[in-house]
Amino acid sequence: MKHLDEYRDGPSARRVAAAIARTIARPWTIMEVCGGQTHSIVRYGLDQILPTSLELVHGPGCPVCVTPMETIDRAHAIASRPGVIFCSFGDMLRVPGSRGDLLECRSKGADVRIVYSPLDAVNIAAANPERPVVFFAIGFETTAPANAMAAWMAKKRGLGNFSLLVSHVLVPPAISAILDAPDNRVQGFLGPGHVCSVVGCAGYDRLVDRYRVPIVVTGFEPVDLLRGILMLVRQLEEGRAEVENAYGRAVRPEGNAHSLRLIDEVFEVCDRKWRGVGTIAASGYRLREAYRDHDAERLFEVGTIETRESPSCISGEILRGLKKPHDCPAFGRECTPQTPLGATMVSSEGACAAYYSHGRHLESKNGDSSPQRTQRAQR
Amino acid sequence: MCLAVPGRVVELYREHDVRMGKVDFGGISRPVCLEHVPEVRADEYVLVHAGFALVRIDEEEARRVFELMEQLDSLEELREGSP
Ligand code: SF4
Repeated sequence: MKHLDEYRDGPSARRVAAAIARTIARPWTIMEVCGGQTHSIVRYGLDQILPTSLELVHGPGCPVCVTPMETIDRAHAIASRPGVIFCSFGDMLRVPGSRGDLLECRSKGADVRIVYSPLDAVNIAAANPERPVVFFAIGFETTAPANAMAAWMAKKRGLGNFSLLVSHVLVPPAISAILDAPDNRVQGFLGPGHVCSVVGCAGYDRLVDRYRVPIVVTGFEPVDLLRGILMLVRQLEEGRAEVENAYGRAVRPEGNAHSLRLIDEVFEVCDRKWRGVGTIAASGYRLREAYRDHDAERLFEVGTIETRESPSCISGEILRGLKKPHDCPAFGRECTPQTPLGATMVSSEGACAAYYSHGRHLESKNGDSSPQRTQRAQR
Repeated sequence: MCLAVPGRVVELYREHDVRMGKVDFGGISRPVCLEHVPEVRADEYVLVHAGFALVRIDEEEARRVFELMEQLDSLEELREGSP
């Protein structure tokens, strides 16, 4: 496929990896922010073709992972109401709440539907005017334009039966939280390419000014990721701290002005709790007052919800780049993608699940550098 | 979750007063909201997430990645050629 396959080319990836090896002189720890990037890095084994002096730690950029269990329970309570049609992206269906997941709600009679786009949920509401239709609106800035468009269209088309259960999160406050921690180890970031397609680079300029940390906005394919890593290593070795864009085909510095305008019309910034991490100030979106009639949180009273997380789970430290999945004694034992105990195992983009599904639980803690493994990126 | 896939715009139309398009993803075509990429014409590529086009893909910038790779190679040749 055009604009995809050419960035998966093995020889090109090896050329960039070789350039990284030539450039690096000192050990560095860098973080890819986005779960999609984590998934690609592990899937193609990119971390295993890089110099051992470069450590990649995995960031908090998986919205499925960081959605608090209370919100999942709230979704289940709403989905189980008689008459409700509950629409969700497919990756939320298997995330367990206190009592099972959305698939179990469905097996008990709830009308839970997977949609590919929030706009499909709006059309479901138009086709079922007598039934409440709720869309589970999670995501980072990448998903905000589509979710904002769904709210805007429902309002414009007068679909009073359509509402959104919003649990939106924002990337820059999460990066700040990582850098503010006294035990932080991260020295540079691969910035989230698709988030920046929407919002541009301004928020990242502010982080660089404040923390003097280099950020390279990076795409998701192997060659894109390696190119971002090369640019980041160059900055670190040269002692520079700038925002650089390694994803020019999709990211303009100013972002998408149309999307930014609509997001601002529909959403306002709020404090948000991140699973595994806790509440981060001004790190999410909620619907503005003008959209209160489409806000499922206001429309459906579900009472107080209390949840309890597994005490052995260290996903909070993994999400902040302090630890890796192998550091967790439950990894691949009690905790697997079928029986996830914590945030980073509930979605394929979480670090624990990515490591597990690519066989990393079978390796020793320090990794396995056998040639079979390193060939993965070269296919 | 933040996965966005490049696709080629095949056809443009309006639905409920919103700009939409049929977008081809390697042989599979899907309806996509193009409201935020008003500059896009048929045959151009967009980056699509959750049925929504985030941006038009900049072909010139896409080519630049490969030019930079060639530069990496010529640097390498210089190094190898040096005494
Ligand atoms: S393996 Fe499971 S329990 Fe351990 S940190 Fe990851 S999600 Fe938590």
